[in-house]
Amino acid sequence: MTVESGGATTAALQDHASQAPGTPGTPGEAGGLVQLLTPEGERTDHPGYPLDLPAADIRGLYRDMLLVRRIDTEAISLQRQGELGIWASLLGQEAAQIGSARALAAHDMVFPTYREHGVAWCRGIDPAKLLELYRGVSHGGWAPEEHKFGLYTIVIGSQTLHATGYAMGIQRDGAVGGDGAEAAIVYFGDGATSQGDVNESFVWASVFNAPVVFFCQNNQWAISEPLERQSRIPLYQRARGFGFPGLRVDGNDVLACYAVTKKAMQAAREGQGPTFIEAFTYRMGAHTTTDDPTRYRLASELEMWKLKDPIERVRAYLVRTGQAGPEFFAEVDAEADQLGSRVREACRTMSDPPPLAIFDNVYTEPDAIVAAEREQFAAYLDSFVDGEGEGR
Amino acid sequence: MADLITYREAVAEGIAREMRRDPAVVCLGEDIGAAGGVFKTAAGLFAEFGPERVWDTPISEQAILGAAMGAAMTGMRPVAEIMFSDFFACCWDYLANEIPKVRYMTGGQVTVPLVVRTANGGGLGFGAQHSQAVENWALAIPGLKIAAPATPADVVGMMAAAIRSDDPVVFFEHKGLFASKGAPAPEGHVVPLGQAAVAREGSDITLVALAATVPLAMAAAEQVAADGISAEVIDLRSLIPLDMATVLGSIARTSRLVIVEENPYQGGWGGTVASIVADDGFESLDAPVQRVTAACVPLPFADVLEQAVIPTTDKVVAAIRRLTSY
Ligand SMILES: Cc1ncc(C[n+]2csc(CCOP(=O)(O)OP(=O)(O)O)c2C)c(N)n1
Ligand SMILES: [Mg+2]
Repeated sequence: MTVESGGATTAALQDHASQAPGTPGTPGEAGGLVQLLTPEGERTDHPGYPLDLPAADIRGLYRDMLLVRRIDTEAISLQRQGELGIWASLLGQEAAQIGSARALAAHDMVFPTYREHGVAWCRGIDPAKLLELYRGVSHGGWAPEEHKFGLYTIVIGSQTLHATGYAMGIQRDGAVGGDGAEAAIVYFGDGATSQGDVNESFVWASVFNAPVVFFCQNNQWAISEPLERQSRIPLYQRARGFGFPGLRVDGNDVLACYAVTKKAMQAAREGQGPTFIEAFTYRMGAHTTTDDPTRYRLASELEMWKLKDPIERVRAYLVRTGQAGPEFFAEVDAEADQLGSRVREACRTMSDPPPLAIFDNVYTEPDAIVAAEREQFAAYLDSFVDGEGEGR
Repeated sequence: MADLITYREAVAEGIAREMRRDPAVVCLGEDIGAAGGVFKTAAGLFAEFGPERVWDTPISEQAILGAAMGAAMTGMRPVAEIMFSDFFACCWDYLANEIPKVRYMTGGQVTVPLVVRTANGGGLGFGAQHSQAVENWALAIPGLKIAAPATPADVVGMMAAAIRSDDPVVFFEHKGLFASKGAPAPEGHVVPLGQAAVAREGSDITLVALAATVPLAMAAAEQVAADGISAEVIDLRSLIPLDMATVLGSIARTSRLVIVEENPYQGGWGGTVASIVADDGFESLDAPVQRVTAACVPLPFADVLEQAVIPTTDKVVAAIRRLTSY
């Protein structure tokens, strides 16, 4: 084992190579990788995950991925131009997010990290809402129950316990098994798997047989730390020790991500308990716009992963099989352009919230100290009104 | 004059000096290796001291502090980094129950000479879970020492004192000060914990500040000087031990006190200072003690809102004017 971080990069690379992507595997077995579409865009079969999606659905997945990549690109440039405080890019993780999110039922509940822009898109969150948060004009944004999509979580790992508790609530509501059964899915990263909370959520979900799917996007990096800083065994194999199934899926294969998530959610809804899905993917960009990955990882690693681009392979497949032609791709590109400018415009015209809003929603009922502070602050603001014309 | 250095550089410099001096000093934390820390406060340490003494750890705050405690029991002097002080909440058992109590509960047989460093405080729009100033959390726990320097030279000097301390020290590095510059620390510079600094002398009113509120108080003092008000600014530098002698000595001359704190009013460290002044300095006062604090609300992301919550120069000026009109 290498201890030094720079050296770790190469060790991690060798590890990827030994996983032999493309080899169909049995879930739970070492080295297995569920894949339905190769990086070259060849359709393969997997005995555990038969999938027969109509062409329109596959085109839909392509469209989703392309559009969220555009949102991401726009957000990065808005940040560069000073319009956003920070942005956490999903570049490279489109298939993992779109594939898994499109496999959910409308009433399933989602608990995201801060990078799940693709999942947010599938849950009907307006991309401008996401930007509000990163521009810093809103504390949170959307209504979690309305979209069945929790708030972005930035204290690493805590959402796994939220999801577990939510799933236990579903159980107690009697919404497991039968029509209208529900389940929860929680997204987290490879780095998060080292947190106590995450391991505790595995224990709880397991002993309570909670209807929750643990969707780990192993993008190989936790800021500057390579995977080997978090684990010496493939992450999905950890599930076994907690008493539930784990599997590794090609996280850059939208079809495979769709198929494994669909099955795991169905199992959870039917009362078969949790599943751990490790989506093997790659963070193609910086951790966030404030990070500079050249300090800690090799450019060659990125080059290798570019060959496995999640969008390119679907495009190749659609073209080769004649399920989409130039008009379709042109249409989606035009739609992306439109979406990009809409998002840009929305971001630029967001207004700052009024200062007194800081006192809203601290408690459900009025609190004497907060109320007094509010009053004092209002008077303080008024003291400027004549002089500097600062409003509330 | 020598070149100025940044507060950020001073953190790495302060640690490096102690690592050169004492081979028992090791660093552990997230992203402190090749990346040099997400705030670059560990820059150069990995290159100079290597993986044997600079440990990039798995992402677990509990493990970082728990392991630091264990390592300290073997005679090492671990310097553990918790990336954001808000994440103290993720490892509170070690900070509140374990580390501060070892010495006491073993009848003085076991000490844990460790430092917990952390990026603290707001003003950068990082929101409710990455911006809190939490020196007051640590203040609630007997057994911990608390350092919160305001200048690069103090960072270096107090880092030396903290690492050499046989008691555990929580070392707060203010995010809002990382880019600020100051004179470098002379060789062998040590600033003992528990010695406040008079950052500006004055005779009409005393401003007591800590970390990022020191420059705020200085700016406010400058502003009111134009109106002939002479404000003294005291940089407390550490909360445990707390140098009340300097504060009481100052108000004996000025008879007015403003405390500038970044934490919320409720449970803020200024409450302790005000309480000691009420006990031991009441006769000196000609006006009520005024605390300029954050509002008792979580910190918002929006810059305009965050400024509304936390102390600003304008708010300090308003407090000074109120007290001097008594
Ligand atoms: C409790 C906690 N510790 C540390 C951090 C700082 N931090 C933010 S993102 C991150 C890395 C997370 O890596 P991973 O789980 O792999 O997710 P990714 O960013 O790769 O999507 C860290 C350490 C945090 N936000 N919360
Ligand atoms: Mg990761």
